[in-house]
This record gives sequence, structure tokens and C-alpha cells, in this order.
Amino acid sequence: MENIVSLKDLVVEFEDGERILKSISLDIKDKEFVTFLGPSGCGKTTTLRIIGGFLEPTSGDVFFEGKRINGLPPHKRNVNTVFQRYALFPHLNVYENIAFGLRVKKTSEKEIVKRVGEMLELVNLKGFEKRSVNRLSGGQQQRVAIARALVNHPKVLLLDEPLGALDLKLRKEMQTELRKIQQALELTFVYVTHDQEEALTMSDTVVVMNNGLIQQIGSPTDIYNEPVNAFVADFIGESNIVNGCMPEDCVVEFMGRKFQCVDKGFDPNETVDVVIRPEDVKVIPAEKAKLTGIVESVVFKGVHYEMTVDGVDHKWIIHSTKAEPAGSMIGMDFDPFDIHIMKKTEEE
Amino acid sequence: MKQLRVLSLPYLVWMVIFIVVPIIMVAVFAFTTSDGNFTIDNISNVGQYANIFVHSIWLALIATAICLVLSYPIAFYLSRMEKHKQGTMLMIVMLPMWMNFLLRTYAWMTLLGNNGIINYLLGLIGLGPFKLINTSGAVVLGMVYNYLPFMILPLYSVMQKIDKSVIEAARDLGCNPVKVMFRVIVPLSLPGIVSGITMVFVPAISTFIISRMLGGGSNLLIGDLIEMQFLGNAYDPHLGAAIALVLMVIILAIMTVMNQFSPDDQVLI
Repeated sequence: MENIVSLKDLVVEFEDGERILKSISLDIKDKEFVTFLGPSGCGKTTTLRIIGGFLEPTSGDVFFEGKRINGLPPHKRNVNTVFQRYALFPHLNVYENIAFGLRVKKTSEKEIVKRVGEMLELVNLKGFEKRSVNRLSGGQQQRVAIARALVNHPKVLLLDEPLGALDLKLRKEMQTELRKIQQALELTFVYVTHDQEEALTMSDTVVVMNNGLIQQIGSPTDIYNEPVNAFVADFIGESNIVNGCMPEDCVVEFMGRKFQCVDKGFDPNETVDVVIRPEDVKVIPAEKAKLTGIVESVVFKGVHYEMTVDGVDHKWIIHSTKAEPAGSMIGMDFDPFDIHIMKKTEEE
Repeated sequence: MKQLRVLSLPYLVWMVIFIVVPIIMVAVFAFTTSDGNFTIDNISNVGQYANIFVHSIWLALIATAICLVLSYPIAFYLSRMEKHKQGTMLMIVMLPMWMNFLLRTYAWMTLLGNNGIINYLLGLIGLGPFKLINTSGAVVLGMVYNYLPFMILPLYSVMQKIDKSVIEAARDLGCNPVKVMFRVIVPLSLPGIVSGITMVFVPAISTFIISRMLGGGSNLLIGDLIEMQFLGNAYDPHLGAAIALVLMVIILAIMTVMNQFSPDDQVLI
């Protein structure tokens, strides 16, 4: 697969010296569903706006199909954007909103009728042609926004938190639908979200960002199972993160206890972050355990119970199908391969 | 709701006493002779002032057009500025309105006069003197100067509601800056254009101070004509009322046409 968009050392610095992007380099492959994931202010939308042409990087290059496109205005780029709050044209009806890009390019009326028709079908809005966009539900507005962008047959579709304003159920539906559209039309989607679940369910590749830097690039499975640092581990799903050190290969010491693990190659006694997923904490009788804690609270979450356990130095989050009563003393244990050892990130 | 309706009562009474009743009185005056008999002579006599009507409408139209052309870019620029800067800029736009209207117009007399400041300065570099005051141009200038804020404000208030992302969407979909202007910003600011035109055209067509101070004898406008019938030598309130009534009908007709361009929910009259 070819790279359709390449970013090289993008830096964005505001006048007051604040650096929004510190150095972003990334290749996006053709027909790939790439998601920029990160907390607000991490630079994900900024990166998307650079690809769209709405923002010029302070330094660094943007390539589209191998050609450098720095300075090229948005209307000359073969990408289209679905904006955060849809940004539909309030003075036009559904049909004219979708036809907008084609009319600007002076497409023939016959072609417009055909392509807008296809789009209405694709996003399930047949019969809404004459409806004012102000009288559509959030989900319908979203569909118009997607159709309006796709009708231009862009090579890359940029989506800036497009589902943020929808309720949970609708959001799930639209996630599936967007994925289907992307696969059916064989397009490259660049998707921005702060919702880790959304990122994991939809993407081919997830780009986790924080503080203007890329933390990790990988498939959803990689990102979830093999987070490269404590930030990624914490951001992708809940995690217990405690300080530890590595006295020798495959042994990690934290909270004054030694545990077997599967990681090696650290300096002797190197301090590390120890990451353990809540669902990987095994609850065992306190008297048999190396680590104990007192259950502080129990919350029923549907599939499992979430327990907060006070273990002196750390409040453990434990997901279990069995609830232990609040106030009781429990023991905790971990399988060696469930203990993830991460190098300390330099910034923290 | 009921309690709130009571609160609107004072204005309703005010409206009846000072708006509805006077309009009826104007109509009564227009259709009666000084003896109180019914006549349509007053109305038909208005016809002999047709040239004044044409001249007034013409000058008001030019002033309105100039206001629109001057205001549109400024209003757009204002609406795209950072929020805290918008306030300061708006204040500067409004500043002349804090000065008394007569004083402002009087100031233009001294600027434009044959021995005025402009001719004096031009004289220093060997130009002029030009006849600036007592011309139609001076009247239009006075109108534009006095009524410009009334065009800027409605335009600005509509434009600042246009979401930045809508403009970005237009660019994204292939619009260069000119197309963004005509395909998105102009249609979305149409209500502001219509109300700005109304707010400038109506006072401009009925002004008499500006034309009297800056226009000299050759620029008699409808306002001057009406004033003469009530306060001047030509004293004839019945004819004055008839002229006012005809003017009202003309304005009403123009506004009706204008409203055809405004979205249904924002009709102005």
C-alpha cells in the first residue's frame, strides 16, 4: 500500500511561544482508517487542520501523494472535511447542501442529480431533499455533513470528532455505518476523537497523541495489549499504574514485593512504570496474598463490578464478575504476562 | 403569560395615542380642505412636486448604496476579529453618534464651505477652490456620514452569528475567497442587508436638516417640502399631510419589495 498523506516533523508554535505540535511525523496509507486519539489539547485537531489546509505549520512538510502541499489553500486540496459541529449551510436545504461542492466546481446538472442521489441513498436520507437543515435531528445533520463531503469524491476524508454531539446509542450506530462507508468506497479516513473506545472499534491504525507528540502508532490490538508507555496504557482503558523497579530480568519489585513478569532488557534496578489492567487483577483470599487491600467501594457496571481497593500506597481499580463487600480485606495477585513494564517517559 | 401581557399595556396605550391617532389625523388632513370638507385636491397637487420626489429618492438611493458598499467589508472584518477587539472597534464606529446630529452636520458645513478647511488645504497646494457645499454631492455625503452606523450595525450583528466553521466548510468544498463571499456570506447576511438598507434609506429619504445645511436652494428634498408646509411661508398643513402620506406609501411599497429578499421568519415592516 502506498502512502497517501505524509507528515514530516510538523511543528506548530503560537505567537506566545506555546508549542501545540512538537514534532509530528506520520505516514497514512491509502484506503486506511487512521484515528488520532488523545486528550483535548494534545494536537490531534491541529494536525487534522494542517492536512485540510486550514492551518500552516510553523515548520515541517505535508505531502499528498508524494507532492509537497504546504501553502496550498483548502479549496485546491483533494480532501474534504466533516466538521465537529457539522457546519451545514443554514440557507440551503439538504439537497443543496450536498450539491454545494459540485455546484462550486460547475458540475453539469445531470451529474449533480446523479451524484447527490447516490449520496442520499448512501446516508439513508432519501425523501429529505427539500428539508431545511435546521429542522433535522443531530444524527441526520451528521449524515448530511458526511454526504456533503463524500459527494466530491475526495481521496481522503477528514473527520473532526464527528460523533461528539450524538447520544451514545446513535454514536454506536454511526460508528458502524462510517466504517461500512469507508470500506465500501475504499477511501482513506483520518478520524479525530478523544474517545478511546471509538478509536479501537473503528480504526485500522490508531495514533495516540499527547502534548503535541505522537506516543504510539499501531493497530487497536497492539495499542491495547502492548502500550509503549504509562500514558498510552492509562488513556486506552483504565489501568493501575504504580512505580516499580527491575532488580533482574523477569522480576519486578513494587510496593515492597517481588513479582514474576515476562519483561527483560532493563538496567539493573531501573525504575519503571508497572501497568496492570483492572480486569487482570486476580482477587484471592487475603491470607494467601503478597498484596492486600481494603475494598472501598463497589459499583455495578453491567458486565462486571468495579471495585476500588485501598492498598496503602495505591488505590487499585479491579474489574471482576464477583463483588466483594465494601470494607472487607482482599488479596491481589497477577499472572506474569499481565504485568506490563514500561520505561519511564522523559517528560514526567 | 397573562401577567406579562399586562406589562405591555403602557406601550400599547402610547402606541395608540402617539402613533395610530396621529397617522389617522395625517390622513384626515390630507383628504380635507381648511374648511373641513372632503377633497382629493391635496393628493393630486402632490403631483407637481414629482421632481422633488424623484430627486429625494435618487439621493437617498445613492446614499444607501454607498453606505452598503462601505459598510459590508468593514462589518465583515469586524465580525471576524477577536471578540474583545470587536467591542473597541464597535465603539469607534458608534462614536460619531454620541455627538449631536446638528453639530455633526454643521461641522461638515465648515469643512466643505467655499472658504472652508478643505478648500483652504487644497489651496495650499495650488488647487481649487472647488464648489463643495450646496451640491447634491454634499447632501449625499451628509447622509452617508450620519447614517453609516445604521448600516454597519445590522450587518455586523448578522455576520457575527455566521459560524467560522461554515466559512471553513465552504473553503473545504472548493470555494476561493470570492466564492465564499457570494455563495455563503452574502446569502447568510441577507437579513442584515435588508434591515441596513431600511435603516438608512428611510431616514435619508425624509431628512430635511442635511439638505438644508449642505444642499443649498437647489437641493430641496421631500422633508424640506413638508417642513415648509407646516413651518414655512408656504403654510398649508393639508398639502403637507398629503405629501407625508404619499411618502409613507412610497416607503411602504419599497419595504414590501425589500422584504421579498428576506427569509420568511425575518420580515421587517
